[in-house]
Amino acid sequence: MDALEVAELSFRYGRREALHRVSFRVQPGEFCALLGPNGAGKSTLFALLTRLFVARQGRIAVMGQDLQAAPRAALARMGVVFQQMTLDLDLSVARNLAYFGALHGLSRREAASRAGEVLERLDMAERAGEKARDLNGGHRRRLEIARALMHRPRLLLLDEPTVGLDARARAAITAHVHALAREDGIAVLWATHLVDEVAPADTVLILHQGRMLQRGRAQDIAPEHGLAAHFMALTEDAAA
Amino acid sequence: MSPYLRAMNAILAREALRFVTQRERFLAALVRPLVWLIVFAAGFRAALGLSIIPPYQTYITYEVYIIPGLVAMIQLFNAMQSALSLVYDREMGSMRLLLTAPLPRWWLLFCKLLAGVLVSILQVYAFLGIAYLYGIRLPPMGYVWVLPALLVSGLMLGAVGLFLASTIRQLENFAGVMNFVIFPVFFLSTALYPLWRMAESSTLLRDICAWNPFSHAVELIRFALYMRLNAEALGWVALTFGVFLALALWGFDPARGMMTRKAR
Ligand SMILES: Nc1ncnc2c1ncn2[C@@H]1O[C@H](COP(=O)(O)OP(=O)(O)O)[C@@H](O)[C@H]1O
Ligand SMILES: [Mg+2]
Repeated sequence: MDALEVAELSFRYGRREALHRVSFRVQPGEFCALLGPNGAGKSTLFALLTRLFVARQGRIAVMGQDLQAAPRAALARMGVVFQQMTLDLDLSVARNLAYFGALHGLSRREAASRAGEVLERLDMAERAGEKARDLNGGHRRRLEIARALMHRPRLLLLDEPTVGLDARARAAITAHVHALAREDGIAVLWATHLVDEVAPADTVLILHQGRMLQRGRAQDIAPEHGLAAHFMALTEDAAA
Repeated sequence: MSPYLRAMNAILAREALRFVTQRERFLAALVRPLVWLIVFAAGFRAALGLSIIPPYQTYITYEVYIIPGLVAMIQLFNAMQSALSLVYDREMGSMRLLLTAPLPRWWLLFCKLLAGVLVSILQVYAFLGIAYLYGIRLPPMGYVWVLPALLVSGLMLGAVGLFLASTIRQLENFAGVMNFVIFPVFFLSTALYPLWRMAESSTLLRDICAWNPFSHAVELIRFALYMRLNAEALGWVALTFGVFLALALWGFDPARGMMTRKAR
């Protein structure tokens, strides 16, 4: 079964078309990089995938659960990290996780034990008692990823999760999420405009001006280290 | 526990926690009604003779008269501020996160609304406490009776705020709307003067005040503070709540602008 299936999805802001008949699938364990320059429509796609917006055309299914027909079943199977930070900075790491666990129906005890697990998974176990405000940018992001795993989703959506981070934090987060796909079998959809976050074995989806231009394994689409040039050419071309 | 209640618990607890950690917000909410009480009401004390009207059984000072109006004012400002923060800033991200919870959207929005009401109730009790120290003593049981009234009036005002937030598209306009909503709603109500005094200056004014749902919230609170149920006021407040909540839920379409601008 596909972890995520998107079929013929279109969306407009008023008269402005932001997505045009976008279709793709993500398999369990697959790391899928959604590559697109600013304004390509990545965040719009995420808003639709997380039911913030309601898609009037097209279909979205998570682990076979249709987002329109069975939104709660679909949402229960996905974890989300938004482009914009959504932590409560005045609350502790543990409290941030507990709040989210409760939103997903976990009891206090379950939530506490899951919080331990997910922090461990992101190498942050020792930070449970810290205030979110005291974490640096990279750790805040990692906490958001940990939080997105609280309800053990099969699909993880991340919208430009490394924006604003230094090289080291970026590398750590990229590695963590690749490991989640590889070792835990989680399907990952990772939106970015930075080609260097893509590993050769990852799937690449190139989105530009609301259209899906290309889909394939990074190593098949372009020669090693050639993805950046390929991506530039493709998106510049279409812009011209 | 059902997932519905669990989520509600978490949303309320989060709001309460945030409330105690944000001391400035708390103080700001108290300063406004206290200024009215101490400066304004004291100044007008001599100028305004009030006759005995229900629920009062004796002559009262003007300070005592405006307490329910100021209580409702706290709730009004709180509701508009929650609505504003929903549209503008920090809360937007947390709202997006909230909406990914596997529960119906109407329930999540209702819990959010309730959380705002909870905060307003905490503010109201703090205000009543200070008023008590200042010398304004209400019947002891009135402090208990007023709780359900505050819940209902807070929900009504919160629903109006949510409705405005989900309808008004341009953020710039929203601040303006606040001025167009808060001030007329407050001044054209029974918060500052009883209806009969309004009637002395104009019957049109009187009719507007009598229709204003905010007046009903004020009267509901006023009666509750004296351990009396004003059923008519309760009816109007409940009706207003229902109508605005329905409109707000119907109009709540994040794609129409408000929640996405900053997200980009
Ligand atoms: N709320 C909105 N109203 C109108 N247009 C919008 C809104 N949000 C995004 N857009 C437009 O839709 C397009 C896609 O934006 P977005 O999904 O944010 O792209 P990305 O995340 O890839 O940078 C852009 O052209 C953007 O200007
Ligand atoms: Mg974006």
